[in-house]
Amino acid sequence: MSSATYDPDTFHLAEKEDHDHAHGMGGTLLGFWIYLMSDALIFATLFAVYGVLSTSYAGGPTPGEIFELPLVAVNTAILLVSSITYGFAMLAMEEDRLNATRLWLVVTALCGIGFVSVEMYEFSTLVAEGAGPTRSGFLSGFFALVGTHGLHVTIGIVWIGVMLVQLGQRGLHVENRKRLQCLSMFWHFLDVVWIGVFTFVYLLGVLR
Amino acid sequence: MSAAPKDQAVRDDAVHSHGDTHGHGSRRGYLTGFVLSAILTAIPFWLVMSGALANRQATVLVIVALAIVQILVHTVAFLHVNTKAENGWTLMAMVFTAVLVAITICGSLWIMYHLNSNMMPMDAGTM
Repeated sequence: MSSATYDPDTFHLAEKEDHDHAHGMGGTLLGFWIYLMSDALIFATLFAVYGVLSTSYAGGPTPGEIFELPLVAVNTAILLVSSITYGFAMLAMEEDRLNATRLWLVVTALCGIGFVSVEMYEFSTLVAEGAGPTRSGFLSGFFALVGTHGLHVTIGIVWIGVMLVQLGQRGLHVENRKRLQCLSMFWHFLDVVWIGVFTFVYLLGVLR
Repeated sequence: MSAAPKDQAVRDDAVHSHGDTHGHGSRRGYLTGFVLSAILTAIPFWLVMSGALANRQATVLVIVALAIVQILVHTVAFLHVNTKAENGWTLMAMVFTAVLVAITICGSLWIMYHLNSNMMPMDAGTM
């Protein structure tokens, strides 16, 4: 490595990070992955609660009566597109293209905002129809599960906003790359959870 | 000092080129994952919305199977889980979590289903 051309004192810390990075960013990514796995367990319990309560209608509406699959399909498409746009942001980061990275992050955040907006519209329609979380066990489980996922997406959008500010201030330095990779895992993880939601809650619900 | 960010970027690049390339995926990998998951999403929605399969049981089995395949596609193409990343520990943690998730969901459904069945006569009597 041609490190002789760099001042060792100035770059001591950065160099240490780099070496760790070559072997997995000094454990940061693995640590964040472990957090995501614990988050997966939160969703597993919420899926289990929904599964147990999914037929407890209490005389209220059934999934087939209140779920609008076209709306869910649109939302699924939005989230899927946001996954590939985040992927493009990561590829731009690998190529050291700061502006392209920021552009794809903005596109991803806009997709996320679209997703949450459609979900808020769906929730408000349900509540207006008298199918709010207090109506039956089925609806309590539904709002808890889908609402928790929506909350995660909202936090992801806020995180993208924070990263845009940090990228604007300091560019693609080692720490920001690390953060963007953690956010990448977070964002794609939420898409994986959504596969479970649209399959087990919406599609199987309408089939019931 | 003014040249520092650029130099650092060059250094990062050098490290990337020999160290961590398999951890992030390629453009081809992302696009393949995207096309696959688009197909794997479209089929179940189409099956349910059009009612193409007359048999409800068959439809359920197909869409659950497609969901499992799609989760695997996302894990490999977008989350880059493989045997090499972090010396295999991400994969190990994921397999362990998958076991816990399966126990939590299947166990809850199993126990609560039987609990519900056993409570039925009392429900019928009091209602």
